[in-house]
Amino acid sequence: MPGTRKKLIRGDTRNLLLGLLFISPWIVGFFLFLVYPVLSNFHLGMTQYSGFGAPEWIEFQNYIQLFKDPLFWTSLYNTFYYVILAVPLGVVVAIGLAIAMNQRVREVAWYRVILYLPSVAPVFALSMMMIWLLNPRFGLFNYILSWVHIPAINWLGDPRWSKLAIVLVAQFGAGHIGLIFLAALRAIPPSLYDAASLDGASQWRKFCHITLPLLTPTILYDIIIGLGLGLQVFAPAYIMTAGGPLNSTMFTALYIYKNAFEYNQVGLAAAVSGILFIINATLAIVVFWSSKYWVNYHLE
Amino acid sequence: MNSALIWPADRQSLLETRKQLVSRLFLIVTCLFYLSPMYWMLVTALKSDTELAQFPPTLWPHELAWQNFDQATRTFPFLSYLGNTIFYAVVTVIGSVLSNFVIAYGFSRIRWPGRDLLFYPVIASIFIFVQFPVNPITMVPMFSFFAGLGLVNSFLPLVLPTFFGNPFFIFLFRQFMLQIPISLSEAARLDGANEFQIMGRIILPLTRPALVVVALLAGVNAWNDFLGPLIYLQNDKLYTLSLGLTFFRTMHRIQFNLMMAASCLVVLPVIVVFFCFQRFFLEGVTLGSGK
Repeated sequence: MPGTRKKLIRGDTRNLLLGLLFISPWIVGFFLFLVYPVLSNFHLGMTQYSGFGAPEWIEFQNYIQLFKDPLFWTSLYNTFYYVILAVPLGVVVAIGLAIAMNQRVREVAWYRVILYLPSVAPVFALSMMMIWLLNPRFGLFNYILSWVHIPAINWLGDPRWSKLAIVLVAQFGAGHIGLIFLAALRAIPPSLYDAASLDGASQWRKFCHITLPLLTPTILYDIIIGLGLGLQVFAPAYIMTAGGPLNSTMFTALYIYKNAFEYNQVGLAAAVSGILFIINATLAIVVFWSSKYWVNYHLE
Repeated sequence: MNSALIWPADRQSLLETRKQLVSRLFLIVTCLFYLSPMYWMLVTALKSDTELAQFPPTLWPHELAWQNFDQATRTFPFLSYLGNTIFYAVVTVIGSVLSNFVIAYGFSRIRWPGRDLLFYPVIASIFIFVQFPVNPITMVPMFSFFAGLGLVNSFLPLVLPTFFGNPFFIFLFRQFMLQIPISLSEAARLDGANEFQIMGRIILPLTRPALVVVALLAGVNAWNDFLGPLIYLQNDKLYTLSLGLTFFRTMHRIQFNLMMAASCLVVLPVIVVFFCFQRFFLEGVTLGSGK
């Protein structure tokens, strides 16, 4: 019946237009606030631009200058150091928190609230607290370490420890992702554990062969989000160490910020942002691609 | 449980109690660690200058120096920064709730060709940019863009993008709206309601929990934003509390008790909101992570 078919197509077009109308703010936002700046990074990255006047086209000069700047390489090294440390640690801590929040004790709801709480606190305030908490002379951390006879550590003043201090700040925000892991834990059917118990499996074996495989989708999510957050880490380093000591916390985001807003090297900063985007997108895609080898979608 | 068949009852309960004891110990130690920054902030805020310089540090102040709070709020224009922060948060909440609700509606309640394909960029942007609207990848061109429009030193670069959708919130709303039976919309359509009426009268009331979650998360995000204000608000009359706090960091001799007192005041509203709406925060997480 040609009549009904025509009607159906007309309905489709109407729905298409209606749908596009509803999502139109996102389309505008996507192009204006994400696509445009990403492309602009590569365009601005080829110019000498101080933020005032007109950008001057200099082709690949910024990139050549970057590759010769040891501080640029230091910032990349620091950022990767941070990511390699913070992302796996973040996954372990989050799973640990989820298991803690899943304990069968009466007042567990209170523990959940407490463990989640620091992740809603502002990172800048948490960083302020950490400056004082990690103070080499009067800080609580060193005081507690002194109980077990560990000599005072100059957390924020010693290049060997400064990155670790910033990794530590991130762990206080793990309650959020921990809660996502908790939801995944609770979605695992108890019958699986019961069956394993009947077969005499130990707690550890049950964790490795039932829990962990079924948490892999959440682990994938955590790794990708952690990757982005790690590659873009800014506020804790800006507030706690300002990139020091000896540039040991000069992360790429801080390097971008300083060039763009303190040294008026906007073109150079854009070039770095472009490189950061490529690194971030590539790693996210690689992790996604790898997921088919290790992520278990069995329960979904 | 199964093991009750194997163990006699008293042995079973003994085992349970011991297991619970270990669990509790583990939980309490973890919680103490997670509370330590806030605890130390509060304790430090209440210490006098002399007690602050003591070693070993006292774990609770001998006398409570409440005047620190008064002094901290006079060290920087606290009330005006508080006003700016509230303004930023409120406008962000309005923008986020309005835009993401409508966008997610288009992504879930209307069937149109290409809908699910167009949702991929939403997911992809979550995974690549993670932080919205201001992040280190896009901040340089966005700053140039807003500077070109003469909008630096206003809240517009911070709040305008919130009216154009946030992928996290779109995802969260969409998950929620997909769970509402499509037959509700179809029945209303048969009754002659148009899409806007269905959205306003049927879907909106049913989406209330998600609306609260998005409002809370958007508000807290704005309150906690540091990078955005740092870049766009260079006039100190417009500073938010996040920028105001850094003033204590740049002082010649940092007065940690005042710095922590100020931090307390900045963090307190977030904690109060969190405790009042903790159910929404905790459930909101799973709402967004739904498979």
